Amino acid sequence: MTTNDMPRWATGFVLPILNLMSALLVAALVIHLLGEDPLESMQILINSAVVNPEGLSYTLFYASTFIFTGLAVSIAMQAGLFNIGAEGQMYFGGLGLTLAMLAFDASLPWYLLIPTGIIGAALFGALWAFIPGYLQAKRGSHIVVTTIMFNFICASLMNFVIVKYLIPAGEQNTASRVFSAAAEMPRLGNWITVLGDTPLNISFFFAIISLVIYGVVMWRSSWGYKVRALGLNQHAAHYAGVKISAMIIIVMAISGALAGLGSVNSIMGSTHYLSLNFVGGAGFVGIAIALMGRQHPVGIFLSSVLFGALIQGGFDLSLEKPNIPTETFIFIQGLIILFCGAMENLYAPAIIKLLKSRKG
Amino acid sequence: MTFEDLHLGSILVSTVRNAPVLIFAAMAGLFAERSGVIDIGLEGKILASAFVSAAVAFATRNPWLGILAGMGVSVLLAMLQGFVAITQKGNQLVGGIAINIAMSGLTFVLAQYFFQQGGRTPDLGEARLFDVVLPGSAAVADVPFLGWFYTKLIGGHSVLVYLAFLLVPLVHWFLYHSRFGLRLRACGENPHAADAAGVSVERTRYAAMLIAGILCSFSGAYLAIVQSGFFLRDMSAGAGYLALTAMVFGNWRPVYTFLGCLMFGFFGAVQIQLEGVDLPVIGRIPGALIQMVPYVVTVIVLAGLMAKSVAPKAIGVPFVKSR
Repeated sequence: MTTNDMPRWATGFVLPILNLMSALLVAALVIHLLGEDPLESMQILINSAVVNPEGLSYTLFYASTFIFTGLAVSIAMQAGLFNIGAEGQMYFGGLGLTLAMLAFDASLPWYLLIPTGIIGAALFGALWAFIPGYLQAKRGSHIVVTTIMFNFICASLMNFVIVKYLIPAGEQNTASRVFSAAAEMPRLGNWITVLGDTPLNISFFFAIISLVIYGVVMWRSSWGYKVRALGLNQHAAHYAGVKISAMIIIVMAISGALAGLGSVNSIMGSTHYLSLNFVGGAGFVGIAIALMGRQHPVGIFLSSVLFGALIQGGFDLSLEKPNIPTETFIFIQGLIILFCGAMENLYAPAIIKLLKSRKG
Repeated sequence: MTFEDLHLGSILVSTVRNAPVLIFAAMAGLFAERSGVIDIGLEGKILASAFVSAAVAFATRNPWLGILAGMGVSVLLAMLQGFVAITQKGNQLVGGIAINIAMSGLTFVLAQYFFQQGGRTPDLGEARLFDVVLPGSAAVADVPFLGWFYTKLIGGHSVLVYLAFLLVPLVHWFLYHSRFGLRLRACGENPHAADAAGVSVERTRYAAMLIAGILCSFSGAYLAIVQSGFFLRDMSAGAGYLALTAMVFGNWRPVYTFLGCLMFGFFGAVQIQLEGVDLPVIGRIPGALIQMVPYVVTVIVLAGLMAKSVAPKAIGVPFVKSR
């Protein structure tokens, strides 16, 4: 028996859980070495992120953004492309959204304004991924290095645009002006009062819908089949008539659009203005989510909620335990990518052995 | 415009001072990639060794111990990469990115834990590495051009700068004229042939990663102990990726890769010189845009050259021994 012949419950469930546990175990060890109690920290984290309804609301708010960046990385991964640029694509998508808002938020009613913002975010995000996609397809530049460079370029460019053009006269804060109330995504707390005054908004439902569409398109449409064929074996896909370079460009543009949509939740759902570095690593979290969730809609959803909880709980944890700053979760994110992505088959031999011995 | 106006002298000097960070990392990448292992984790190794060498140099007041400790952690990470790529046969890109992200977080957490200065180490002060003063510097210092050439451009750098420049011919010799170099290249081009010839592909690749770890640590140590005199959060700022690009630019050959590093070092130097200077015609370029220059150059270089450059054939492919 090889890894490929393992039953689906083993590869789809047992292995990811074991990998996740290993990553968290290493994280617990580091927290222990920092002189804090891992179990107590875990308890604080769970209390703040899941048990408390307001905390849970924040968890789902963060998860809404992560679902989009996770989808962005996942769809590229399905086509065999490792898109590290979701961070920059979401950032640039935020610019598209903001430009749309600054232009129309005084004139359009909310039911036209919100779709305009969504389109702006998707278009700009798509553009920022289109270029690396084009360069990979036509010039053979490695997508990994190009998208990383585009993250750096985006950071500098946005710094320039925000400081030079978007800060309102007389303001010091490196952010655009606040959009009008018509641009606010309706908050769920308005209907479910137990959630309190939290930024959880209807983006969460958009995220769920996107997951469903992604699942249907990937596994129930011929286009999705072509994408997966491209990811599994480029030569075979080419032989079967898939236009490789066109496909790479389209998939990257969609991936970027999804990453750009992540900014809708962060900006129109919460801050209502564009600020410097508002993405805050959500694009990189997307990589961890795609790997942990194995690019499956359910997996992406669960991993997004987990990461939402880590961010929300981690924030409260950092207030109580100064030795565990929020950056600890960047480290944990790296560990999860390592265990769930790079060493995903670490426990496969042991499980295969176990299965064999039970069958006798 | 004159020579002085262009600051060409100081641009050249800072080119020489910028390049070692890239040279060490790129030479490390050469060993890894010529043996068939993609080394996208250079960035994380630079950052980790920069932090550890700064912290240890500060604690012991000894830069050499700092360098040694940085080497230790960089080798450890390289071995982890080797474990992922060689033993686990996992995705080498994902493994490298994981290391980069994890180190970006962990170095901050540890710096904050030990020093409480917002993810920075204290200034190293006299624990920085000294600059070498070449013999006879005082005598020629006042001679026009020659004085500048001898005391500023060639002399007056730390030992690590000379080590970096010396490394290039050494790596070239090692890769192309030593028995181990031949085997290493064979593992990167055609591991099955190497295997048939009795070379252990796994052991060779591990050895290559070990060397890569050692070389990469100098990059971080240089950044922290020599160039800055402290560790700062995410201070590598893409140097690992630039080094990789220099390697692609150099077609995975030491001498051309070295030229690529010099080019990026030069752009870095120009970037500092341009900041806040009024240029004819275009006027003053904002600092944020100048920061983009190395990254944009990287994209253009990759787009223009990738089609022509030839990567080691077996790069990124885990070796599965045929039976």
